[in-house]
Amino acid sequence: MRAIKKYWPIFLIPTMAAFAIGFVIPFILGIYLSFTKFTAVTDAKWVGLKNYATALKDPTFVHSFLFTAAFAAVTLILINVIAFALAMALTKKRRGTNVFRTIFFMPNLIGGIVLGYIWQLIFSGILSRFHTALNLNSRLGFWGLVILVCWQQIGYMMIIYIAGFQSIPTDVLEAAEIDGANARQTLFKVTIPMMMPSITICTFLTITNGFKLFDQNLALTAGAPMKKTEMLALNIYNTFYGRSGFEGVGQAKAVIFFVLVVAIAALQQKLTRTKEVQQ
Amino acid sequence: MKLRKATVLALTASMAAALAAGCGSSGSSESAASGSSASGSKTDSSSGKVYYLNFKPEADEYWQELAKEYESETGVKVTVLTAASGEYESTLKSEMTKDEAPTLFQVNGPVGLASWKDYCYDLSGSDIEGQLTDDSYELKDGDKVAGIAYVTEAYGLITNKALLEKAGYSADDIKSFDDLKKVAEDITARKDELGFSAFTSAGMDSSSDWRFKTHLANLPIYYEYKADGVDDKDELKGTYLQNYRDIWDLYINNSTIDPTQLSTATGNQAESEFVNQEAVFFQNGTWEYDKVKAIGDDNLAFLPIYFGVDDANEGLCMGTENYWCVNSKASEADIKATLDFMNWCVTSDKGVEAMTSSDKMGFNIPFKSNPESQNTLFKLANANKNTPVSWNFSTMPSEEWKNTLGQALTVYAADQTDANWDQVKQAFVDNWKTEKELAASAS
Repeated sequence: MRAIKKYWPIFLIPTMAAFAIGFVIPFILGIYLSFTKFTAVTDAKWVGLKNYATALKDPTFVHSFLFTAAFAAVTLILINVIAFALAMALTKKRRGTNVFRTIFFMPNLIGGIVLGYIWQLIFSGILSRFHTALNLNSRLGFWGLVILVCWQQIGYMMIIYIAGFQSIPTDVLEAAEIDGANARQTLFKVTIPMMMPSITICTFLTITNGFKLFDQNLALTAGAPMKKTEMLALNIYNTFYGRSGFEGVGQAKAVIFFVLVVAIAALQQKLTRTKEVQQ
Repeated sequence: MKLRKATVLALTASMAAALAAGCGSSGSSESAASGSSASGSKTDSSSGKVYYLNFKPEADEYWQELAKEYESETGVKVTVLTAASGEYESTLKSEMTKDEAPTLFQVNGPVGLASWKDYCYDLSGSDIEGQLTDDSYELKDGDKVAGIAYVTEAYGLITNKALLEKAGYSADDIKSFDDLKKVAEDITARKDELGFSAFTSAGMDSSSDWRFKTHLANLPIYYEYKADGVDDKDELKGTYLQNYRDIWDLYINNSTIDPTQLSTATGNQAESEFVNQEAVFFQNGTWEYDKVKAIGDDNLAFLPIYFGVDDANEGLCMGTENYWCVNSKASEADIKATLDFMNWCVTSDKGVEAMTSSDKMGFNIPFKSNPESQNTLFKLANANKNTPVSWNFSTMPSEEWKNTLGQALTVYAADQTDANWDQVKQAFVDNWKTEKELAASAS
């Protein structure tokens, strides 16, 4: 204890410094810049709330919010249901489960931009037979993105669920069996309540990933056709670089985006945390 | 106990050191630059230094060579950084915030100047200004000379003469849009027999879409400005959009690939189709010479993009969107060094050779020292005595305007209905007004 009292700065300062340089300072600077007009960040001029007014009046921003929300909702359900089912299947005592765990996890190791281009080739190859393409139809673009992101993230969530399954004490399950619960009852009354901590983590990750999605969106559709598949992060990027004098507006959108994601994630945490049970 | 404490301390200290080093590495490119400039300043401490943020990836290699050459000759450190294609603005924005900001950068014309005018050093009376052959190559902000064009370029339809003859025509047969249409459609009709197409793929991937959303879109704007006798407008009428549609139809329906596949076709694809003799016409410009010379200088023809408005007088599209600007926020010594470097580039034998030789950058430079161009495409462009079409796309309101137009063109290409063309019109006319207003509100 004495050592900690004496040497705490050695432990704390490097991490705090990295956190400040990498996160706190850029974050505060970012909020400040959203109230200014600037070209390079060193010559900002204060303009008050003008950027926020412009950002909220932009119809593409609203559209991209709705598109992103729909996307986040769909991927939230698909990824979690499929990952949960896979985890359940792969924690049964069968041969080869480790091989399958590895295979399902692997797509997660590939970067978003690369995945986007690879999937674009795959989709183009298929869709060219029907004389269309992913960037010609926003509905195709939406489902293309959903397929890509599911393929990438299911493996990762599956690993978290597997860890959750392995931590369920077997005596609870045995007790359920002895009491005559059928498989369905065991799943909904015992397994899922016991899994709530994992579910909290996974829903948090999928919902924030859904809102923050950028690389895959840029590489797969880049917002085509006519910005109909442009998600929030890409919309912010395009605002920032698309017009001269709009850097501040992009920054304002980024702040709004941050507040939205925090609010949604907080709500989700509240909903799932209350369902967690003590083991 | 003491020993263990010491070990722990040593370990934490080394961790902290590693962390600090890790943080430092993000700035390593700068420190490397400043490190080498420190060594440069040993030779001449008062000379300042030059940092050039280059726009043209294809010229990067030659700029690097030239920078070394200049350094060995004068001892002044020249750093050249090239932004990735399409990333110039974002690179410039981040580089400008650094302590070692670019001293020499470029803007594309009036719209680009609007964001950077506070950074542009007044070049009036500078040596390089005196080297210009014509003051129309100056980019002005009021009375201030904010930028100086360092290259002039031309674009049109690069044509493979041998293929055209195989199809039974010659380049001289094509004197108007109607001729072009006749030839292109005839080639398409006999595509299987001939083994090649009329046009290279009009790819709408970001590596190629600028050829249509910017360069081709210049023609309706040019004719509209010309009819009204102006050089910029807040609102367009779209008088010549039907011509735009006609030529776009021609490109997409007589090309190597199905129009629905254009959305992902790239610039390299079109380039290789042309070089591999798969198509006769390739809409591109003098900067492509290095690539297209593979089919042979004698085999190249350079036709105007006949637009069906004033074909008898229409020449190639000639102009520039490359203006050099000097960073006014750099130190006096650096500004001086940069001005000297620019002047050296366009007056010294080595500089001029690097900029103009067809083995190097192959530019046509608007300075007195410009030798006769070795770029065949430029020679062909100069030989065309018709009225050149000026480059008006520097007045296009924003990148957003171009991108929206590009996407509308892609959608139309896949499904060529009037309703989809109305979207193109909307992107062209209505969005022009909107974007001009937005640009005005931001300044």
